[in-house]
Amino acid sequence: MTDPSRPDAVHARLRGVTRSFDLASGTKLDALGPVDLDLHRGEFFAVVGPSGCGKSTLLDCLAGLARPTQGDISFEGRPVDGVPEGIGVVFQEDASFAWLSVRDNVAFGLRRAGVDAAEIARRVDYAIGFMGLREFAHAHPAQLSGGMRQRVCIARTLVLQPRLILLDEPFGALDQQTRLLMGDELLRLWRETKATVLLITHALDEAAMLSDRVGVMSARPGTFIDIVETQWARERDSRVVSDPRFGGITARLWEKLRAESLKIMGASAP
Amino acid sequence: MTREGWIRLLVVALFIAALEAACRGGLIPRTVLIAPSAMADSLWHLLRSGEYAADIISTLRNVVAASVLSVVLGFALGVGLHALPRLRRAVEPLLASYYAIPTFMFYPVFIVVFGVSPRAIIAIAVLLSIVAMIAGTLTGLDRIPPVLRKTAQILRMSAPTRALLIDLPAAAPHLFTGIKLAFAYAFIGVIASEFILSGSGIGYAIAYAYNNFENRKMYGLMLLVIVLATAANTVLDLIDRRLQARLQR
Repeated sequence: MTDPSRPDAVHARLRGVTRSFDLASGTKLDALGPVDLDLHRGEFFAVVGPSGCGKSTLLDCLAGLARPTQGDISFEGRPVDGVPEGIGVVFQEDASFAWLSVRDNVAFGLRRAGVDAAEIARRVDYAIGFMGLREFAHAHPAQLSGGMRQRVCIARTLVLQPRLILLDEPFGALDQQTRLLMGDELLRLWRETKATVLLITHALDEAAMLSDRVGVMSARPGTFIDIVETQWARERDSRVVSDPRFGGITARLWEKLRAESLKIMGASAP
Repeated sequence: MTREGWIRLLVVALFIAALEAACRGGLIPRTVLIAPSAMADSLWHLLRSGEYAADIISTLRNVVAASVLSVVLGFALGVGLHALPRLRRAVEPLLASYYAIPTFMFYPVFIVVFGVSPRAIIAIAVLLSIVAMIAGTLTGLDRIPPVLRKTAQILRMSAPTRALLIDLPAAAPHLFTGIKLAFAYAFIGVIASEFILSGSGIGYAIAYAYNNFENRKMYGLMLLVIVLATAANTVLDLIDRRLQARLQR
């Protein structure tokens, strides 16, 4: 068996994973798969694909939020059955708790886990500072912008020190400039925590900028039709968009994605 | 206070001033309506004399009992209906048309069941107010963003813990709107019931004063009802607004 502490060890594995839904009409909808994927410990992996291809379903299965119809998923060598310990998820929608201050939002999971008060204070202070929320520690989510609320959710995930962070289009509702800056923060977080990151995104530039590898999914039921290695250095930020290789990566992603998107629109690629 | 609040206060003050002038100037006969200042004077004397203390306590006790029962039962029924979608689909049209039914017509039934007692008054008030709480509970539970439930799953929370720490606070603004409405309907229900099936309470005292041509007392007591209802509603509204402000995402 592979030593799970090895830097290149497989951190999470999906084999033949499919997910189908029974519709009210009595028919069956195949939403995902079959998907095979190895996520290596400490890598940043992005998933792109046309709308409705099953990207979020893939994330739900990996997080243990949904059970695959077929196939096996393992995390750190153990089968995923329910939400495993050590996984953190940031969703596209605002998941901040409106009734709690920023500080209490961030501390929520730690309090639930029974961590002692001094350790909670230390981790929360760090996460709030890391995400640039120090000035707003006592504000409530309604007083913050969409980007700041998303940072609260990221901080809430960060303090729990997950070893696998799943991000479901976390910047989907933000403007382009904020997305780039949030991307930098995410890279900083990834380097610092040494966690494995799986990012679901619609934005090819975001995937190309942030990731070590980008998986391109087909139209529904989504399977991986290409995996692009970006070969960026670990110490990188949003300025890689001006690297000459960046255009080549996004062009390759778009080439694959275009044909799949056209399939959804009912047209064929010329 | 907001600009709108000042305007609202000015409108009320102007209305009272106009009424005062109309009454004092003889435009409205004293047998029809007494001046607002005379109502306030009457209320002051009624409160100082303690003549109606027992009635006031009786009414407030009934309002509190009816409100608490409506909120507790309404919440439980709302949670139950939310958990049983098929039953909810069957019952919801009935709830929607509930307020088209004049609930007070059932008062003979309640007298037969409970006798002429505070229990009959409370039962009618609960009947009037409970649906507001059921509706508030259903709306509150419907409006919990699904992503919060997913977050609870990720945090590996049990169902009861999730209900307590996520569902309840997330639904709180709508639940409180239900509580506010339930209280308002309970207040109306109690006062109105006291008119027809009670030997005590503010409603009964107003009816008694009316039947005995005691206009000053009647208007003093009416003013008391207005003051109590407005004060309670202002406090509840303040809390409601603070809770609603959370929803502004």
